Amino acid sequence: MRAANTNTAIATKTPTRLLEYVTVVVAGQIFGLPIHRVHDVFVVSEMTTVPLCPPEISGLLNLRGRVVTAVSLRRRLGLTDASNGERRMAVGLENCGEAHGLLVDEVGEVLELDHAAMQPNPVHLDPRWVGLSQGVHQLKDRLLIILDVDAVLAFETEREVA
Amino acid sequence: MDDLLREFLTETGEHLETVDVELVRFERDPNNQAILGNIFRLVHTIKGTCGFLGLPRLEALAHAAETLMGKFRDGMPVTTPAVSLILVTLDRVKDILAELERTATEPQGSDEDLIDALDGMSSAVFTMPTETDLAVTSHQALDRPLKPGEVSLDELERAFQEASGPETIGNLTYQVLERALKPGEVSLDELERAFRETAGPATHAPAQELSLALTTKNVTAEATEVPESGDQPASKAQTIRVSVETLEHLMTMVSELVLTRNQLLEIARRNSDDLGYKVPLQRLSQVTAELQEGVMKTRMQPIGNAWQKLPRVIRDLSTELSKKIDLVLQGADTELDRQVLEVIKDPLTHMVRNSADHGIETPRERKASGKPEKGTIRLNAYHEGGSITIEITDDGKGLSFDAIRRKAVERNVATESEVERMSDAQVAKFIFHPGFSTAQAITSVSGRGVGMDVVKTNIELIGGTVDIRSETGKGTTFTIKIPLTLAIVAALIVASKDQRFAIPQIAVQELVRVMPGSEQAVERIDGTPVLRLRDRLLPIVPLSKVMGLADAREANEGFVVVTQVGQQRFGILVDGVFQTEEIVVKPMSSKMRHIQLFSGNTILGDGAVVLIIDPNGLARMVGSGAEDDQFLGAASLEQPDAVQDETLSLLVFRGGAESLKAVPLSLVTRVEEIDASTIEWSGDHPLVQYRGCLMPIVASDDKLMIKQSGMQSLVVFSSNETTLGLAVAEIIDIVEDRLDVELVAERSDLVGTAVIRGRATEVINVAHYLPLIAEAWAPSGARNGTIAQSLLLVDSSMFFRDMLSPVLKALGYRVHTASSAQEALQIIASGTQIDMMVTDLVLSDHSGLQLVAALRADPDHRGMPVIALSVGRDAHQIALAHKLQISEVVAKHDRRGLLSALAEVSEFSDKAA
Repeated sequence: MRAANTNTAIATKTPTRLLEYVTVVVAGQIFGLPIHRVHDVFVVSEMTTVPLCPPEISGLLNLRGRVVTAVSLRRRLGLTDASNGERRMAVGLENCGEAHGLLVDEVGEVLELDHAAMQPNPVHLDPRWVGLSQGVHQLKDRLLIILDVDAVLAFETEREVA
Repeated sequence: MDDLLREFLTETGEHLETVDVELVRFERDPNNQAILGNIFRLVHTIKGTCGFLGLPRLEALAHAAETLMGKFRDGMPVTTPAVSLILVTLDRVKDILAELERTATEPQGSDEDLIDALDGMSSAVFTMPTETDLAVTSHQALDRPLKPGEVSLDELERAFQEASGPETIGNLTYQVLERALKPGEVSLDELERAFRETAGPATHAPAQELSLALTTKNVTAEATEVPESGDQPASKAQTIRVSVETLEHLMTMVSELVLTRNQLLEIARRNSDDLGYKVPLQRLSQVTAELQEGVMKTRMQPIGNAWQKLPRVIRDLSTELSKKIDLVLQGADTELDRQVLEVIKDPLTHMVRNSADHGIETPRERKASGKPEKGTIRLNAYHEGGSITIEITDDGKGLSFDAIRRKAVERNVATESEVERMSDAQVAKFIFHPGFSTAQAITSVSGRGVGMDVVKTNIELIGGTVDIRSETGKGTTFTIKIPLTLAIVAALIVASKDQRFAIPQIAVQELVRVMPGSEQAVERIDGTPVLRLRDRLLPIVPLSKVMGLADAREANEGFVVVTQVGQQRFGILVDGVFQTEEIVVKPMSSKMRHIQLFSGNTILGDGAVVLIIDPNGLARMVGSGAEDDQFLGAASLEQPDAVQDETLSLLVFRGGAESLKAVPLSLVTRVEEIDASTIEWSGDHPLVQYRGCLMPIVASDDKLMIKQSGMQSLVVFSSNETTLGLAVAEIIDIVEDRLDVELVAERSDLVGTAVIRGRATEVINVAHYLPLIAEAWAPSGARNGTIAQSLLLVDSSMFFRDMLSPVLKALGYRVHTASSAQEALQIIASGTQIDMMVTDLVLSDHSGLQLVAALRADPDHRGMPVIALSVGRDAHQIALAHKLQISEVVAKHDRRGLLSALAEVSEFSDKAA
């Protein structure tokens, strides 16, 4: 975490602002998460479901003695749950002092991208996605959506407003 | 902030707390020199330290207060205003200290007002002693210093005080003497000021005074040596101050250690082969347990710490409210977790305030009701199981249940009929609703309607419960039950479907295995599960249903966890029960904190995350739904209504789907069995020729089919010209039993459910069926041509009122009801048009005869016809009734007699009109 911070600090000094992203895949779409927000990546073994909880929350996980709230990125994006019972991956994120695990289909490599090259969201993108996305990077073979971590984890407030 | 200052703040804070308490004690016991000495010493220490640290404001205040206290020691009478003034001064000192803590500098400002008042009070008294008195004291003073070596500290101090006697002409000489205590500090400036100040008033003999000041200087210098060594008890040296954060961190680490230990033990349990680690593991387990206990102990504090402020609070309140209140504190050394202590501190203070303000009456009121003038508020704390119970009892006027009932209706918390049906214990709970205050007037103390709900929330937040018991005129008791610690709790692990949950042990009373067909089986009333537990009906909440895990209808087998939350008792139906485990409570994520059902989560020994069920939340959640009344009903089990003491003749019959039903026999006109073939159908409405009239037939419930052939049993009700046949499956018996209506179902056709002869039976509401025929058939109940007369029904029994009013309504009266003589008089006084009154002769507050007497005394209503209901026929009573022009005395359950009496009275009043 500290290393990542110094990293960004250096990056801001250089004219081309290089930012590192952890890439994850959900339903075939690739997303980028700012690396300094990512604590760890882990395999989800056992999960406790919480009755009556918001649908975005898949349950609670025991991550090395810490209770972590598992948030489904699929459900956050309005997608259906993955049907295959493969091993589930989660990205550990921190928000407001609480630990969250963002459930994704796959975790990919770390990419270093120029912040200036980021494009705004296409206007006709699903509003649900727009709310979670900071912008789009054009990779060689596909498009990378940069996720706004705070927005992804802010569904409770969203519903209260609505 | 430097360490010295921080140390000073902590220490002074503690001293001030003690001074507060001691002063209140001293006020009551002014002759106790030991207390005064203690206070004096503490204030003196504060003053000294302030001077040392260069805090002139504090020093001046402390000095002025000390001077006044010095006068107390000299024999000045201890008056309430004087003590109040000192207390106010201490408050100012606290304010300054708070500011000091924030900014590390003494705030600007003037304390002239207080200092002047204090000085004024100290000098005021000293105009009183006569010249001769002064002469005597001066003698003594001069005597003592001659042999300083042999006098005790106490005497020395007194001597010191007395020595100042002759200089009382100008109390400022004290300043001179006090300065002498720290000779190194006294600047020329101050000395000069001292001289200047003393010069004014002490014009008599300035020179003599000065020399006296100098002589005493030596004495006092020696005197101060003594306290320095004797002041600090030996035990103080053995304690150190540790920051709370350090302790908290230690606690967290131990919690984690406990978890890890549990995990290791779980692994050891699964692997049967011993690889030589089991013995060390056992040792580790033991050490961990001891460590846990030790760390817990460091966090433990006597509950008395939370009570420190109370004597002062009560003292101030009793002055403000002109009440006499005794505060009794018991079990102050009961220890509980620091964190818990913090949480309950304010609620406790609030509740004690409440008791003093609302509970305790004024001395006059108390005297009038035959109580000692001085009210008592008693706090009692003790350990009980894994929790601490704190009781706050006052012997005041108790709750006004009627006022609460009215308020509940006003505030739309409950409907009028709901409120009427509730027992006092249930009604009492309303005071925990937000914005509920029944104080007649808003005082500065309370009555603003914020409070009790906050108290409840705070206590529930830490897994505690608060309960109230109150008896009008006798007092109120609040019982708070809180866990010893928040960090680690014992919990019962249960399973519902394939998921495990933890239920805090504190709420669990017992476990009952239930199985269909066995002795303990879940029964259903209209699909709502209940369990008969030792002749009580226990509402059952299937956990899988509230969790939304499965349909509740199938849940019949498993374990019932009998849970008590406050006075609510209910059973949680689970599929399986595992072990009891010590769990470390981890808070719920903020995203799920709104789920009332859970108070947190934890990691079990096997590493699984498990949710902790909050019994309070569960009770609330289920209580807010359709099953609300059931829970209230369950509460009434504990405190039977007055109604329920009387036995009643009940007709028990079977309705549709084998359900057992009952109706009070007094309401039944006849029981008939008719040939089903004689039933005629007019459209959907079945009717039968009965005694020359057509009588409509109504099925007792939806599930009952009216027979087409064979014999059909009917229960016939009649009111005026309308008769109704209630079709039932089978008449079973007439039973004489106490009627405990326990479960109030959410159905208009039932009054509730009762255990009659050991079986759950539905008590039907006749009022429900009468409109049914009124709908289908032209109304014939209202008396033709006349305006409906209004009738006031007074009876303490809610059940009786409920049963009789529909009958009276059906007869065409506009019915008002009152539960007490007082309420009846209020209704009459409110200007409501009342044409006649039907009253029980035995009412809860006054006798019915008194009510009638009061009515006859009122010129506006002396002519109102009254029918009295009585249980027994007492010749004396009847004679009295005639004297009061009561039209008729009818036996209470003689419905027919009442009807004919009413008819007579109405006819008479019609003619009169």
